[in-house]
Amino acid sequence: MSRDDLKATFFAECEDLLEQLSEGSQEMIAGTADDDTVNAIFRAVHSIKGAAGAFGLENLVTFAHCFETVLDRVRSGDLVPDTDALHTILRSGDMLADLVELAQSDSTEIPEAMPAILDKLNELSGAEHTAAAGADAAADMDMDGGFFGFQPLILDPIDEDEPSETMAEAGFRIRLTASSDLFRNGHDPVLLFSELAALGQIETQCDLSALPVDEAFDPERCYLNWDLTLRGQVAEDAVRDVFMFLEDLCVIEPIGDPVAVGTAGGDPFPVEAAADPASVDISPPRVSMDESAPPDPAPAPIELALSAETGAPARAAASAEPVDRPKGPAKAAAAVPQTTLRVDPERVDRLINTVGELIINQAVIAQKLLEMGLASNSDIMSDLDDYQYLARELQEGVMAIRAQPVKPLFQRMQRIVREASDSLGKEVVLVTEGEGTEIDKTLVERLAEPLTHMIRNAVDHGIESPEKRVAAGKSALGTIRLSAAHRSGDVLIEIADDGAGLNRKRILEIAVSKGLIPADAKLSEPEIDNLLFMAGFSTAEKVTNLSGRGVGMDVVKTAITSLGGKVSISSRPGEGTSFSISLPLTLAVMDGMVIHAASQTLVAPLSSVLETIRPRPQDVVPYGREGRLLSIRGTYVPIVHLGNLLGFSCGDEITSDNILILIRSERSGHVALAVDEISDQRQVVVKSLEGNYGAIEGISAATILGDGRIALIIDTDAILTLAGDLGRDVALIEETQHGKTAAMV
Amino acid sequence: MARPQQWSEDDVLEFVTLKAGGQSYCIEITQIREIRRWSPVTALPQAESAVLGVMNLRGAVIPIVDLAARLGLGKCDASPRHVIMVVAVGDKTVGLLVDSVSEILSVSGDQICEAPAMGRGDVPSSILGLISIEEGMSRILSPSVLLPNVLREVA
Repeated sequence: MSRDDLKATFFAECEDLLEQLSEGSQEMIAGTADDDTVNAIFRAVHSIKGAAGAFGLENLVTFAHCFETVLDRVRSGDLVPDTDALHTILRSGDMLADLVELAQSDSTEIPEAMPAILDKLNELSGAEHTAAAGADAAADMDMDGGFFGFQPLILDPIDEDEPSETMAEAGFRIRLTASSDLFRNGHDPVLLFSELAALGQIETQCDLSALPVDEAFDPERCYLNWDLTLRGQVAEDAVRDVFMFLEDLCVIEPIGDPVAVGTAGGDPFPVEAAADPASVDISPPRVSMDESAPPDPAPAPIELALSAETGAPARAAASAEPVDRPKGPAKAAAAVPQTTLRVDPERVDRLINTVGELIINQAVIAQKLLEMGLASNSDIMSDLDDYQYLARELQEGVMAIRAQPVKPLFQRMQRIVREASDSLGKEVVLVTEGEGTEIDKTLVERLAEPLTHMIRNAVDHGIESPEKRVAAGKSALGTIRLSAAHRSGDVLIEIADDGAGLNRKRILEIAVSKGLIPADAKLSEPEIDNLLFMAGFSTAEKVTNLSGRGVGMDVVKTAITSLGGKVSISSRPGEGTSFSISLPLTLAVMDGMVIHAASQTLVAPLSSVLETIRPRPQDVVPYGREGRLLSIRGTYVPIVHLGNLLGFSCGDEITSDNILILIRSERSGHVALAVDEISDQRQVVVKSLEGNYGAIEGISAATILGDGRIALIIDTDAILTLAGDLGRDVALIEETQHGKTAAMV
Repeated sequence: MARPQQWSEDDVLEFVTLKAGGQSYCIEITQIREIRRWSPVTALPQAESAVLGVMNLRGAVIPIVDLAARLGLGKCDASPRHVIMVVAVGDKTVGLLVDSVSEILSVSGDQICEAPAMGRGDVPSSILGLISIEEGMSRILSPSVLLPNVLREVA
């Protein structure tokens, strides 16, 4: 591993650690934190500091050091954090995240807010800790390589853990080594084990590593090594008696003595005795082999014990913990995180691509077999069905690898709420639900920006000032609820505030004053709410630096739409506003309608198709020189010839022979696309065009059809922009018809 | 004749020669990913005339450039007899429609001559150097000329 690789690993780990940190600080704020939480936060900061030191990231080390000092005081009970202190801890977590980000971009810049936070931290950590001390720490970490300096600290909580009880527990660890003479001298390990079992509870672990697998195997020789753990209050002499004739072959070591284990590095099994009055507790010997032993609760502590031999100090101390105490192992199990795999996303992407290929390949084979005229009940066809089923199964499995819980994303929003409410002087708490909901990694990434914007909006526009809230009879503390859930193949994300609700009168006024709607337009309440999503709409009466930069909700809507999602709004005066976003589970496949226009095969995303229409001749109305309008349910929608628009054909006329696809655009109402034929509706694997070519206006991506040919996926929003000239012509009609058009949605 | 800078005298190089618009060109062998038969492509809207469309190369969408058209030698009337050379330029993969692929040339750096400057126009800038072969000479194509215009700024 090169240094760069190590650094990449460090940053990847930082992400996890920062997540733990943010999670823990949230718990502290919520008052649900226990000692473990504080320890976890401390360890996270500490690990970041340690590794940062190894890479010479001084800013990070300095800051982490000060932060850690405060956390250490909280941990030891020296400091009981008040609201202010908790606030500083949260801030410090954010700052640490910023510093990690800066370090990642190789910047040594010191964030503006850092000195202020450092001052606060120093205040909390007591006078003796100054920034200079932090700098010293940075230097220290650098010199001794950083990685080992902090390990004893990790052990602290365990050492404090009721040492008297640890000492009271007795038992022995015995290692019996293989010898050529074991069998020859008439020894039988099983007999030894039964004798031991008569003394106390015995656990046996057989080490097969010395067993030769080739012709070197000698059947008369014993190749097995045993690690035995004898528990109970047993006199050492009694144990030694059992092994009387095998003294050279075994090492006997009392357990439950942390000091003895602590020195394990040099001499693994010191033979000092701690003789206790013998107490007999007969239980049958349990011999478990590494390979075959069913993992019952007992082996776990043994593994910890064995790892003492490898000299890992942290584990060694853990093994000193009494095992019979029910709390011990249970706690250890809880502390061990679910094992996860860190995989380069590129590899997963490659896998997804290959699986996509497999599915296409399956479709190709299916099509070819059909063309060969095979009966659909023939064997090969039913095998093909299996193939299809397996391929889909595989695809789902691979997609699941990419799925990520929305938790980190939601946690980032906590920070947004914190910062936004601080700068606006509001009191807002963010409640998150369904954090475990998993969605595609790309979606998580691309949701961050729109979600940030919406959360800021909710704090800025949704939640009222504390005074207003109190005056309205509500708690001064505003609540924003952010939730995620799976809903019939989609992911539903909701952002709800308990603020004043939308000021519809004001929205109407703005829309009229900005010329977005005619002054005499009669709009229903949902229609008014939806005006928020129109381009160039911003309700902020004064432009704040948070939201109201003029980009507003239309950008959010565009971003969500580009992810294949939908966003909707609902609001009740005095009770709050809620936005719901529904998103597809993945971007890698989507439902599409396969269409033909000007002898090209294209795919229209099903999410934007409202309906397909085979018009009667009288429904297609000439408009201007070449324009055509579709008369549908009393309203007029411009018709765009898709082939002409994309340049596949030139000057083809729109007739009632064309099939019309009514598509919805987020920005400019509806449009009907004239195509020649609709051939299929199917799931398509989305392939980027930008990898080897570039962006094409009107085309969002490509896919591969059953025959192996590429079909382009149309970008409905861009299509409408392309059709802009035509759109302007009919804008007049649209406007007068606005009420009806909107009602049609 | 002067030798182009990018090759030193004792480099041993291999080029694949090809015919496009009736002329011989060559591309360094390390750039070539595979050679396949022409198959119909999917046309792209708003594409330059030299870009015929995109093709499915085992799941990757790659643009197909008509090399003759790109070099100003007239459009090639694609038929199954024509050949697609899949080449890698930087991190992009592009298919080149050519008349035929002829042979592999093994030359040393001192056998490469600098392309003479020919006034204005971008054809000479697309040639990195010349190699004498039996039936005349082969022109070494500059990698950037192989890319569709939309990608040329990137490369």
